[in-house]
Amino acid sequence: MKKKILAAPYLVWMAVFIVVPLIMVAYFALTDNAGKFTIKNISDVGQYANIFVRSIWLSVIATAICLVVAYPVSFLLSRMEKHKQGTMLMIVMLPMWMNFLLRTYAWMTLLGNNGIINHLLGLIGLGPYKLINTSGAVVLGMVYNYLPFMILPLYSVMEKIDKSVLEAASDLGCSSMNVLFKVIVPLSLPGITSGITMVFVPAISTFIISRMLGGGSNLLIGDLIEMQFLGNSYNPNLGAAISLVLMVIILMIMTIMNQFSPDDQVLM
Amino acid sequence: MKKLGKIYLGAVLMFLYVPIFVLIVFSFNETKSRSVFSGFTLDWYRKLIHNDIIISSLINTIIIAVIASIVSTILGTLAAIGINNMRRVPKAMVMNITNMPIINPEIVTGVSLMLLFVFFAARMNLEFGFQTLVIAHITFDVPYVILNIMPKFRQMDPHLYEAAQDLGCGPAKAFFKVVLPEIMPGVVSGFLMAFTYSLDDFVISYFTSGSTSQTLPITIYSMTRRKVSPEINALSAIIFAVVVIILLIKNFVENKQAKKA
Repeated sequence: MKKKILAAPYLVWMAVFIVVPLIMVAYFALTDNAGKFTIKNISDVGQYANIFVRSIWLSVIATAICLVVAYPVSFLLSRMEKHKQGTMLMIVMLPMWMNFLLRTYAWMTLLGNNGIINHLLGLIGLGPYKLINTSGAVVLGMVYNYLPFMILPLYSVMEKIDKSVLEAASDLGCSSMNVLFKVIVPLSLPGITSGITMVFVPAISTFIISRMLGGGSNLLIGDLIEMQFLGNSYNPNLGAAISLVLMVIILMIMTIMNQFSPDDQVLM
Repeated sequence: MKKLGKIYLGAVLMFLYVPIFVLIVFSFNETKSRSVFSGFTLDWYRKLIHNDIIISSLINTIIIAVIASIVSTILGTLAAIGINNMRRVPKAMVMNITNMPIINPEIVTGVSLMLLFVFFAARMNLEFGFQTLVIAHITFDVPYVILNIMPKFRQMDPHLYEAAQDLGCGPAKAFFKVVLPEIMPGVVSGFLMAFTYSLDDFVISYFTSGSTSQTLPITIYSMTRRKVSPEINALSAIIFAVVVIILLIKNFVENKQAKKA
């Protein structure tokens, strides 16, 4: 029983550096710069509704693309021979080990007006197209950066689906489409939901991807928050209010996702 | 069908790797052009090695990562033992709060810590820079250590510890001889995870670093804000090579262990 005391240093740390800072966000969000209670900050967030809508929209698109692209990848990986799976997974995850600023920078040089894509298109007489500083470039950056976050959870549930289950389904007369939608998809649902959260949360809160690939015209929630704290429109109260709203949005998404993925789901 | 699968995997891998390879190829380019390869040179690597800002922020990053990962491993291991001995309700509460920095978007964690540090800086002798970076890194590292260790307790037979004591071990000896070896894989993977997250972190460091102390990701960020500098390409190539080497070693060691087992 005495061993509980070992957690004490961490509990103090947790209180001071996790709980108190989050309370401070709530406090700043609900006060003005003189420390008086106000809901003006929260209501001011409404002015930026267009940025919220854009952030949600772009990250929903990016998450959907990630799911569609990653699903077959994870399935193919999970059906490989066991000893090949580890190596293949490492090859898929390796780019994730590069700093994500460098990964995003790579697309900056590819998509730039004098970049290699426009150069190659120019050789066959096309373009130059405006590729960078578009919302498409932002979505591309999100997909590129977060695709492995979708592949990994999908792979880890699909790996557990027994081959004989799939064989049994097709022996019992399922077409391959039916095997996919009646067997594989339901069994991989926990992977789908955790993949969606793992892609959506960083996508909706990013400010780097939008800044590097979106130019000035594709501000996201993350940019908005960053500007209130480190940018020229210094206003921590408004920044805290925006952060609070962002947290609520994410909480809602996660609650919805949990509805689809009950804990008591039996994995094969 | 099989062939189609291979083509598809190949296409996705190309999507993942081509941007990185383009960066690496152009790190050897003579001119600053991003689209035309005009000739081979190692100049950008030379410039990189002589760039004091990059070297000092690299050293800074490593020092911070080492301190933060060691402290968070000790803090997290003790915490995991303590939490494991808690009753259900307080345990669930502590774990929920521990999960927060992982679930919360990084920007919110960064901003919340910045607000705290601003508050302390105004009232106490706390300066933005090295100290705040270390504190911030420990804060987002510890949860990963705890989450890596907790499952090991679940896998462990709870009677082992009692058996050791019945056989004459004191509590301390029983802990070091029986419990610690059981949870050690979790401690090691927690430490490694904390270390890599620390090395790689940009967002939280960005909000908690102030202007005096920079980590490598922050330096990289300010480099990308300026005009084209192929030094970033050279840096990417070096980091990519280091990552490949580390993963190859990791793969090799794991295969060897798998063969032994």
